[in-house]
Amino acid sequence: MTLAIELIDIHKRFGNVHANKGVNLSVQKGSIHGIVGENGAGKSTLMSILYGYYGATSGTIKIDGREARMRSSRDAIALGIGMVHQHFMLVETLSVLENILLGAEGGFWLSAGKDAMRAKLATLAKTYGLEVDPDARVADIGVGQRQRVEILKALVRGAHVLILDEPTAVLTPTEADNLFDMLRVLRDEGKTILLITHKLREIMHVTDHVSVMRRGEMAAHFETSHTSVEEIADAMVGRKVSLIVHRGPANPGRVLLEARDLVVRDMHGVTRVDHVSFSLRAGEIVGIAGVSGNGQSELLEALAGMQRLTSGGITLDGAPIDTSRLDPSHMRELGLMHVPEDRHRHGLVMSFEACESGILGFQHDAAYGGALLDRAAVESGLAADMETYDIRPRDPRLTTHSFSGGNQQKIVLAREIERGPKVLLVGQPTRGVDIGAIEFIHKRLMALRDAGKAILLVSVELDEIMALSDRILVMCGGRITGERTAANANPRDLGLLMAGVTDKAA
Amino acid sequence: MRAAKLPVWADLTLVPLANVVAAFFVSGLVVLAIGENPFNAMRVLISGSLGSLEGISFTLYYATNFIFTGLSVALAYRAGLFNIGAEGQAYLAGLGAALVCLSLPGLPAIILLPLAIVAAGVFGAIWAMIPGWLQAKRGSHIVITTIMFNWIATSLMAWLLVNSMRAPGSMQPETKSFPPAALMPKFDGILSLFGIAVPSSPLNVSFLLALIAAAFVWLLVWRTRLGYEIRTLGANASAADYAGIGTTRVIVITMGLSGMLAGGLAVNEVLGVQNRLLLEFTSGYGFVGIAVALMGRAHPVGVVLASLLFGMLYQGGAELAFDQPRITRDMIVVIQGLVVLFAGALEGMFRTPIAAVLGLFRRTDEPDSRSA
Repeated sequence: MTLAIELIDIHKRFGNVHANKGVNLSVQKGSIHGIVGENGAGKSTLMSILYGYYGATSGTIKIDGREARMRSSRDAIALGIGMVHQHFMLVETLSVLENILLGAEGGFWLSAGKDAMRAKLATLAKTYGLEVDPDARVADIGVGQRQRVEILKALVRGAHVLILDEPTAVLTPTEADNLFDMLRVLRDEGKTILLITHKLREIMHVTDHVSVMRRGEMAAHFETSHTSVEEIADAMVGRKVSLIVHRGPANPGRVLLEARDLVVRDMHGVTRVDHVSFSLRAGEIVGIAGVSGNGQSELLEALAGMQRLTSGGITLDGAPIDTSRLDPSHMRELGLMHVPEDRHRHGLVMSFEACESGILGFQHDAAYGGALLDRAAVESGLAADMETYDIRPRDPRLTTHSFSGGNQQKIVLAREIERGPKVLLVGQPTRGVDIGAIEFIHKRLMALRDAGKAILLVSVELDEIMALSDRILVMCGGRITGERTAANANPRDLGLLMAGVTDKAA
Repeated sequence: MRAAKLPVWADLTLVPLANVVAAFFVSGLVVLAIGENPFNAMRVLISGSLGSLEGISFTLYYATNFIFTGLSVALAYRAGLFNIGAEGQAYLAGLGAALVCLSLPGLPAIILLPLAIVAAGVFGAIWAMIPGWLQAKRGSHIVITTIMFNWIATSLMAWLLVNSMRAPGSMQPETKSFPPAALMPKFDGILSLFGIAVPSSPLNVSFLLALIAAAFVWLLVWRTRLGYEIRTLGANASAADYAGIGTTRVIVITMGLSGMLAGGLAVNEVLGVQNRLLLEFTSGYGFVGIAVALMGRAHPVGVVLASLLFGMLYQGGAELAFDQPRITRDMIVVIQGLVVLFAGALEGMFRTPIAAVLGLFRRTDEPDSRSA
């Protein structure tokens, strides 16, 4: 068995941070090799070393059995290593062909290079089934297609090792399946694929081998067919974790939030939320399932008061809301709190001290002093939350961006939950969050429900929706295409509803 | 690549220091190129600005202008607004002060001066709030509108000074002198009351007002709810939306305060020194305020320090031009330009090396958040 990549005793230090501690990794040629680990486990650092972004402090890299020295990503590309980043590096205004050509123009005049590239793309399309329209503008193609362009970029530069960093983070389940099919074809044609992910289901689904990193070290290697999700999860966290949320029977009380015939049109006049009605009771979690971009975000933002309603009505705990003057701070005063889908964009101010992020939206609370903000109160507020939510490091004065994703999310959750909401809107509560924190967040939400609060949960992770919700609404194209109770929901059925196949149409 | 992270103290002292040293080094090369001794020039510059009580007084007088305009730009910058209009706002503030002083000549200083200062602030504020409102409501970019408002201010003031406000019988486009009660108390005058003789200089109480303004800005930005909203808007406008912060309100108020601070320039120049309203009394201090704010990293302490440096450059530069005729006033502008270039445009250049040097001495115990 030949090895495509061999990393021997790799160490990497950033100042006093020891990000990789004696990492060994062997990747067989023509295999799909998964690398998993929690945030900060050192997997991105390791891949950056392999791709020439960082030099290793010590250790040996062997590519195809030969020792390699990599000073920059240029060296890595020359050695046949290609990287597909989580955030695409494409110029939206250029065509697919022009994007692939970037940096490989091959001369002063473009046309010769373009023709050569067009021919190359045609061959690749035939060999691997990687079809894209070379003349389409990147701005006009979907996310799955864009990813394909990134893969093509690596392949035309002669990559035989492909590194994919969290490739499914932006994909719908169907697109992800297409990607996996594509990866299998590439593997069968002799390419080696390194897949970095935190989604264990994908690891089980597509990889041949899996390496688990924890705290900068290689914690375990498994042959995928001889392991289980539980075993990998335990290796990642270093202890037994429970992936199942324990929940008692729901005791739904009175209706706390009622949405009637909500319509949201965006600035271009496109209808994002299309006559949506539902009610949410005390002591229940209602999940909204759906492929990302089908109106869930707009619905959530409209209910939170961030988005103007075109028409429709909202009733909160029996009192109608003046929908012509929606205002997030007013909704908060009425007891509706909101954990936004994107904590970086909405939920936190990354450059602020954590304790300052901890009062975002509540900066006018009487608890924080009079004319001047009471710094001590602001700090002790988050310090208390840090204890209850186990937010680390326990320093409320550290800047927000120096916390890991899971801890950032806990700062947001603590802020919204600890003020005792009647209704909590939660968007993607565990996106980019490590397993240990997911377990904790799910327990918290369940406890809030059992305390008689109403929770509206929006998530693109179907597993999460099914694990937490008492009732599930499915959205597609801005409409609610169906409703299921927790007892009679199954992924296949929900998947059909997500694709827009409604009960009535069936 | 993300910019290197530095502790606050290094950000406020080491980085500007490295920038200034670099600027002076290149300036020295320029001085050398025209055949003068750069060390001698440096000596004259420093002794001219700090070597005598008179020099220090003039340095502080210039610094007063820079503190006001620097704070004006810095405050707006905290809300994510690039206010290029301090010059025009100060110009209009002068009009406000002049209208009070000329229409209420009989009042005693204790009433007239505060009234004139308030009028200067209000006029400056209004001139800044209009672009602010246009930005918030109409989406007109504040950089463009404030630049245009500078031109409008220039034309308006020229028209007023030539046509309606000119002193009767005078050929100069300026108002008649204000009543003596409208003159800000000067330091030399105050100190002579206590029997301390200092050389005469334009340094007046406005300098103290400028320091108070700096403290006020710090308190506002870091200790009040409004300041919290200003910083949130500047750092992450989407988060401000999420938090229910009224963007229009914050933008208009911030611009108003920014224009009010710019009005301090008029207090120092019109009420402190000239005692009348005249054409172009702002003479570019408003624009230098942009450089001051950038160099001071939009922090009041940094702005005060940068203002002292620019005060030194103005005062020492004047001495230098006098002492060494081959170094003209234009040369001083070149040196100032280099400081602006290094402190503003190339501000990040020394951050990474400084961070690397500090990293050798300091324990970094931050978690690696890269793989998030």
